[in-house]
Amino acid sequence: MTSTAAPSPTTIAGSTSFDDITASNASLRRFLHGLPGVDQVGAEARAASLGTRSIKTTAKAYALDLAIRMVDLTTLEGQDTPGKVRALASKAMRPDPADLSCPQVAAVCVYPDMVGVAKETLGSSGVNVAAVATAFPSGRAALDIKLADTRDAVEAGADEIDMVIDRGAFLAGNYLQVFEEIVAVREACGDAHLKVIFETGELQTYDNVRRVSWLAMMAGGHFIKTSTGKVQPAATLPVTMIMLEAVRDFREATGQMIGVKPAGGIRTAKDAIKYLVTVNEVAGPDWLDPDWFRFGASTLLNDLLMQRTKMTTGRYSGPDYFTLD
Amino acid sequence: MNARIDVRKTYKLYIGGAFPRSESGYSYVVNDAKGKFMANAALASRKDARDAVQAARKAFPGWSGRTAYNRAQIVYRIAEVMEDRRPQFVDALQKSEGLTAARAEKVLDAAIDRLVWYAGWADKITQVVGGANPVAGPYFNLSTPEPTGVVAIVAPQESSLLGLVSVLAPVIVTGNTVVVTTSHERPLPAVTFAEVLATSDVPGGVVNILTGTPASTAPWLASHMDVNALDLTGVAGDAETAASLEEAAAENLKRVRRAPAAEPDWTLDPGTDRMTQFLETKTVWHPIGL
Repeated sequence: MTSTAAPSPTTIAGSTSFDDITASNASLRRFLHGLPGVDQVGAEARAASLGTRSIKTTAKAYALDLAIRMVDLTTLEGQDTPGKVRALASKAMRPDPADLSCPQVAAVCVYPDMVGVAKETLGSSGVNVAAVATAFPSGRAALDIKLADTRDAVEAGADEIDMVIDRGAFLAGNYLQVFEEIVAVREACGDAHLKVIFETGELQTYDNVRRVSWLAMMAGGHFIKTSTGKVQPAATLPVTMIMLEAVRDFREATGQMIGVKPAGGIRTAKDAIKYLVTVNEVAGPDWLDPDWFRFGASTLLNDLLMQRTKMTTGRYSGPDYFTLD
Repeated sequence: MNARIDVRKTYKLYIGGAFPRSESGYSYVVNDAKGKFMANAALASRKDARDAVQAARKAFPGWSGRTAYNRAQIVYRIAEVMEDRRPQFVDALQKSEGLTAARAEKVLDAAIDRLVWYAGWADKITQVVGGANPVAGPYFNLSTPEPTGVVAIVAPQESSLLGLVSVLAPVIVTGNTVVVTTSHERPLPAVTFAEVLATSDVPGGVVNILTGTPASTAPWLASHMDVNALDLTGVAGDAETAASLEEAAAENLKRVRRAPAAEPDWTLDPGTDRMTQFLETKTVWHPIGL
């Protein structure tokens, strides 16, 4: 086990105010570096062992439907057209046109300029529109540009904002700068939910993943998200597990629940089920809900649908029967 | 002095260019023609069939996209490498099919010659079954045969090598990829053949070989929505099984080569129908513009 001891209650002082910790870069640094280190070998072994659980029959059917409901159907390409976004949004509302019992996905994730198009297609279907903002994917722009980017997306109707942190500042130890940026973006979000992307593939160590998770949670992010999908490695099971431990410990310390979203590199239903097992075992069943756990993915949905069709019809399905996107 | 310990071979499946054990972990006893224990072969499961179809689908664009000339070279190469392994094949045939040495040599000759014969067809079949069609209008009208896609084959049960080659070669030479279930009682020549394929420039996934009972894999292949055609030659004489497989195959309108009443005589001239059966005709109308 690689559980984190929750920071001592005196630090948190029984309230959700982190003013003492975030008073200066030095105090923030002291707090983040005071978090227990991650045992790399242990974490990887634990994640691997969670990946070996066998989920069959009714449990599998439940897991597949849950995974579909958790998908943030994503297209983040330079070549995105309004037509492609409309097609994706239609698919989000009815992933399997041949089966009305198939649930819809959680959200469609697009660049800010496509939010209007997505919103128009989705209407009041209940599928959210998520927009990546703050100079996605590099995060290298001045703060006011990032904030303007965020406001634009919110004004266009985005329900959720996926921001990227400044990895350069984080790695350089300017934790307070990262913290204040997240706070500012959260403010610019208004009612929209904020997901904070860490790009864990660039953070080098599991210790950094744990630190940045706490940093983002203290700054007020509603969700913490592994990656942009533009950097390899993207989401991995150990990284997601460490983030799940962080949200679990954060709730223990503050009573506040934070969502987790692994994104990038999850392509098969089998992988998705491994993540769900990890969510259940590490964070707990409370997180087994699209409000608290999401998959950032595009190709994953087709595999989930194929597995679902296999379960309902009893024969293997093929990619010919689902849209390519 | 210690006697040397036998180094026995593990007979495995051939999927995607690799030799995995069955996902199920099961194997079964293979006896020789006299009923004596010969080896344990992998017993392919439904999930092995699934993996094999996946591998075949992945290999299809590359294989069908090669020039016919290049496919001919590769199929010819299979024959060359088989020639190199004569003693191993002769031994396997003698034990599996109970043939005399001379008879086994003859069967092997026929199998190798069949590969060479089909290899020659790769860049000729288009000219024979395709071409310019006469039409009553200002159009040029052209038909070309294209491979059907992923073909599942139930290989003959009696003739474990010549029969296998005779159903396999015509399907791959035109650009299809294949999942084949071998003879149940005589799987070993097929495993040796897999080793030949692995060392003769055939891209991984073009041919996938499953040993075991057709009953445990064929129904899954027949109903698989990502399989485009089904060859039931190996179900010869079992009308009931053949009918149920055809029924399963109907869901996505697979091309089905129906099971014969009895296993054919493989030494006869094969003709071209095993090639043409797994080809689709693409016809293009082109305005002449005059």
